[in-house]
Amino acid sequence: MTPVLEAKGISKLYGHVEALTGANFDVNAGEVVALIGDNGAGKSTLVRILSGTEPATSGQMLFDGKPVVLTSPVDARALGIETVFQDLALAAHLSPVQNMYLGREVMRKGLAGLLGFMDTPSMRKGSRDAFEKLGATVRNLNGPVGAMSGGQRQGIAVARAAAWAQKVVFLDEPTAALGVVQTKNVLELVRRVSDEGIAVVFISHSMPHVMEVADRIQVMWRGRRVATYRKEDTSMEQLVAAMTGAVSQVAA
Amino acid sequence: MTLTDIASAGGGGGSAAVEDAPAGRLQRIARVQALQIVLLLAITVAVFAILRPNTFLTPFNIRGMVQNTSIYIVLGVGMTFVIITGGIDLSIGSVLVFSGVVADKVMASYGGQGWDTVLVGTVVACASGLAWGLLNGVLVAKAKVPPLIVTLGSLSAALGFAQILTKGLDLRDAPRTLVDKVGFGNIVGQVPTLAVIAGVVAIGGIILLHRTRFGLHTYAIGSNAEAGRRVGLKVDRHLIKIYALAGLLAGFAGILNLGFFQSTTIGGQSNTALNVIAGVAIGGTSLFGGVGSVFGTVIGLFIPIVLQNGFIQINVQPFWQQVVVGAVLVTVVYVDQLRRAAAVGGRKHRLPFLSQRGRGTREETA
Repeated sequence: MTPVLEAKGISKLYGHVEALTGANFDVNAGEVVALIGDNGAGKSTLVRILSGTEPATSGQMLFDGKPVVLTSPVDARALGIETVFQDLALAAHLSPVQNMYLGREVMRKGLAGLLGFMDTPSMRKGSRDAFEKLGATVRNLNGPVGAMSGGQRQGIAVARAAAWAQKVVFLDEPTAALGVVQTKNVLELVRRVSDEGIAVVFISHSMPHVMEVADRIQVMWRGRRVATYRKEDTSMEQLVAAMTGAVSQVAA
Repeated sequence: MTLTDIASAGGGGGSAAVEDAPAGRLQRIARVQALQIVLLLAITVAVFAILRPNTFLTPFNIRGMVQNTSIYIVLGVGMTFVIITGGIDLSIGSVLVFSGVVADKVMASYGGQGWDTVLVGTVVACASGLAWGLLNGVLVAKAKVPPLIVTLGSLSAALGFAQILTKGLDLRDAPRTLVDKVGFGNIVGQVPTLAVIAGVVAIGGIILLHRTRFGLHTYAIGSNAEAGRRVGLKVDRHLIKIYALAGLLAGFAGILNLGFFQSTTIGGQSNTALNVIAGVAIGGTSLFGGVGSVFGTVIGLFIPIVLQNGFIQINVQPFWQQVVVGAVLVTVVYVDQLRRAAAVGGRKHRLPFLSQRGRGTREETA
């Protein structure tokens, strides 16, 4: 099976600092991959490169087996790759519906659409369907997302990414700063997204969350992938050992 | 469109006509605040009407007040858009003067006193304003100079150019049609042309801001420009359009000003931008961006005019108006901020005595 997204030998230099040193990465359709590693291991840098936010210094990316070059997040989105950044990137004053469709508004038909009038009912319906499908708790489609809880906001951000992503969703620490219940909701959301056949890649520091939701776990250490495990075949002890550089796989 | 419709649309941006859930906290606040400002205006009017029953609410006096507010409303619509993006435009008074001067000169050399001359002048004034607005927009969006500095610069430069063109002396050759029909004319009965023009501009602004994608993106950029960029909004281009719109309306106000004062009022517009900003802020538009409404701006601009007129009528020194407007401005924005802090910024600066737990949108519902 060809991975939907694969990276080979990605390096990234910031001046003389090597953030990534020949990192490999791969994720298959419908799979949840956790990307773990200590602070500074290069997880976020890798995700920024894979989502088109930053260019790599060297290395190759394959999308559905074909080489691609992403120069911006817009390129990535055109391929069906969506990213939920740690800071969510929702507009706090806008409603869930407005956030859902921001930059992709559905316009009315005919002249009204050309004049800039939006088809609000259909966007509302689309949002409601998307939230319902993923079980995201959004009680109020009209209120500003800034007034909602962290869990609801995270749910909206994940649902937005999932609704637009055809292929891959990146989640940068989706459960950071969430309470127990919200975390559970977001992890369930992750599962449902992958059930849709979408590849989900998530960065996390939380071993229990990783063990709960991931199919495969890729461990990064000092700028590259040092190990890949299937969830069934590993343990927290083994993951921690890999994260601290004590264990590594030759073929990683 | 009813009053509450407009007021409610002011909250989270172009909220739809069909509400399938109770409005969010911020929208409720916006609605309450718009109502509060309307109430403040109504009380002010009522007090003066009681104190001076025979002179205050006469058609003549109302007409005067409306006429005095009209040009500010045209300016205020553009300013509302700019402030919602989190920006500011200090240059509108100078751009108004500059546009008036250029239009006056072009009309004088074109000759005539008729509608054709007025039309030429209007096009020239709008084009002049648009040019300044584009310059402001490009410097803010592309050169990344803070809007306060950019427009402080064009405030100075546009007035300077106006003075260079006129050698510092006001021009007074506005065509008669402009003065008689636009500046002092009535459309029907006692309804001043200026008021109708201001009304059309305000309604256009309300529709553009609350009902179109352009308006939605304006709120989005003011709320979180980075989020806009990440979803592919052309933030820079949008900002240029916003400043261009403010410039265009300032240019248009320039020709109206020429008709109203029959002069280019070179020395008389130094406080214009600040007065308009005060009206916008009183009307509930947040200087931090992301929140605001044109309707609020219209009401916010009426308050100073009504106060001034009323004080003169009840024989209070009219200078008190400035004191009262200053106090109203600070009070309104302070109260507004307290509530916004309780709603949107709740996770960071929540004021415990203002928050009510268990009212729908907080933590426990997730």
